[in-house]
Amino acid sequence: MKLKKKIPLIDQHNKSGFWGGKFGGNFIPETLKKPIEDLTELFEKLRYDKKFLKERDYYFKNYIGSPTSFIKLKNLSNKLDGAQIYAKMVSEANGGAHKIYNATVHCLIAKKAGKKYVVGDTGAGYAGKMLSMAAKKFGLKCKIFMGAKDIKRQKPNVDAMKKNGAEVVPVYSGSQTLVDAVSECMRYWVSNCDNTHMCVGSTVGPNIFVKICGWSTAQISRELKIQIQKEFKNIPKKIKLINCVGGGSSAYGFWSEFIDYDKKQIELIGVEAGGPKNSRLHAAPLTTGAKLGILHGAAAYVCQNSEGQINDTASISAGLDYPGVSPIHCFLKDTKRARYTSATDEGALSAYKLVTKLEKINPSLEPCHAFAEAIKIAPKLSKETIIIVNSCGDAKKDRDILKERLGKIN
Amino acid sequence: MSLINLAFKKVKTEKRPALLTYTVAGDNSKKKSLEILKSIAKYADICEIGFPHNTPIADGGQIQSSAYRALKNGIKIKDVFSIVKNFKKSKQSKPVILMGYYNMIYQYGDNNFINICKKVGVDGLIVVDLPYPENKEFAKKCKKKGISFIQLVSPTTSPSRMKKIIKDSHDMVYYISMLSTTGGKLKVSPKKILERYSKIKNLNKNKNIVIGFGITEKTIASLRKADGLVVGSALCKEISNSIKKRQNPVTNVTNIVLKLRKKIA
Repeated sequence: MKLKKKIPLIDQHNKSGFWGGKFGGNFIPETLKKPIEDLTELFEKLRYDKKFLKERDYYFKNYIGSPTSFIKLKNLSNKLDGAQIYAKMVSEANGGAHKIYNATVHCLIAKKAGKKYVVGDTGAGYAGKMLSMAAKKFGLKCKIFMGAKDIKRQKPNVDAMKKNGAEVVPVYSGSQTLVDAVSECMRYWVSNCDNTHMCVGSTVGPNIFVKICGWSTAQISRELKIQIQKEFKNIPKKIKLINCVGGGSSAYGFWSEFIDYDKKQIELIGVEAGGPKNSRLHAAPLTTGAKLGILHGAAAYVCQNSEGQINDTASISAGLDYPGVSPIHCFLKDTKRARYTSATDEGALSAYKLVTKLEKINPSLEPCHAFAEAIKIAPKLSKETIIIVNSCGDAKKDRDILKERLGKIN
Repeated sequence: MSLINLAFKKVKTEKRPALLTYTVAGDNSKKKSLEILKSIAKYADICEIGFPHNTPIADGGQIQSSAYRALKNGIKIKDVFSIVKNFKKSKQSKPVILMGYYNMIYQYGDNNFINICKKVGVDGLIVVDLPYPENKEFAKKCKKKGISFIQLVSPTTSPSRMKKIIKDSHDMVYYISMLSTTGGKLKVSPKKILERYSKIKNLNKNKNIVIGFGITEKTIASLRKADGLVVGSALCKEISNSIKKRQNPVTNVTNIVLKLRKKIA
């Protein structure tokens, strides 16, 4: 299994849609074959269409607010007295997280496809909030599937979705979290694929959804590359790009421009959700060596039992609370290009405390997993090492959890 | 001739469609689901047995409930196989089709799974999320062991794709009546469904083509021109209702199957 250079990772799959010959593919009901073929054809046409690209760039700039800033966390760096720590403030994007890139692109595609309705899944509520925003912007009717447990714990985002005119459909099956929301959303699409466009909220699902999402979030690293060059004049000799990984859409977007670099120069570190301390209900298939399985239309490492039933997971961060992971991260793991580790709920909370105490930023619980790793490794690294954390979400949505667990909020 | 083909041959002489039932193995217990199967086999021509999965992407509420119930009761794949084996002991000539999602087969290993199917007497397999042409290799392995791999076709299947699927199909093809998960309300008129059905049938008159999704006591008679009709969610729903009313699901489900059979007689 080998990575190819100069070809975007999203395109390094074989004819059947598998990365590395075994990750991804299209494990879908017959009814979805045609809609997925149509979508694939349309996307492959649009991504090389200059007019469409111009339109995308227009909305990325004027609607999403690209580029998001790249800042040095001076106080945190001084405190840890090791590597220099920077953050890419993707949370500045319209809506407060990276999910807006994928949502905007999906709505643009839905318009081109002549679809009037768009449906999506959501865990932390960001994918749903952004899709509802973009749908409103582009005049599409929107329905969001969300686990009943997540609806309770991410209320600010639920309110935002409703305000944007989206219907939020609570999902009561299974663990009532993201995994069940994705299943229910796919079931809805099976029944309504003739007039409805489906947006999968991360780089998961059947091949084409991995590609569209990765193509959309790649904007993050395009900006970052320019920003790094500006800040350091050159690409520094030692960089560590740290990103949280649930499905893996922000991590792919954060890394895509840097995958061709030698890992000794640019190390890619993905941080999964370790769940409550000492709990087995983690959502960290890559860290824990989960077996290859099929979930939501794709083959990938997935937390499951020996019978192939998907495990319940638990994480303080709803956005990472998912038993599977993107096939492209499985590929990056097996080719050893990226390294994956996990942070516990407690680790993410202490990272939140430290970062918000020292810096004027307010990262949500998802990127706090990445900050936890940065805080862990920074003191051991040289002053010349540059750590960049993707601060991919804003903590506004987490106010209830933070209040409960930390007693106060910023 | 395979048991599945024999079943279709028999109903043709009786000038009626085959009645295919679908129930979930282990719903609402291992023992009860076997009893239900044995009892409904009196009126059903082919029994489809679902192996429950906890992230089913194509099943509606009724079958999901059945699957969750079965899993909650601790059903394992080996139990599904033992249910088939025990069923076949008393109903040797009744064809059994196992239906489920690919991950469970994948974790067992294709060959291992097919071998055990053969051993316990499974006649056919439906794998919901392993579409054509991705299923070609698996289908070949099934055929080698004398097990029919049942291809699914749907209203969204293009004509050129349909031709290829029918050509590569085994004893039976499953036509999904409408864009829906299992158990949806029939949102297309039976006339329209039969029109599409005839188009598929005309591609190869020798293939047995059954219609499923959304078929209930109310709608079954209007579709009787088909080679076979599958009823699943309506039976799962009856099990749920029986549990709620503290009645015996065996009797209640059997009564429904008898009624369905009478409607197409």
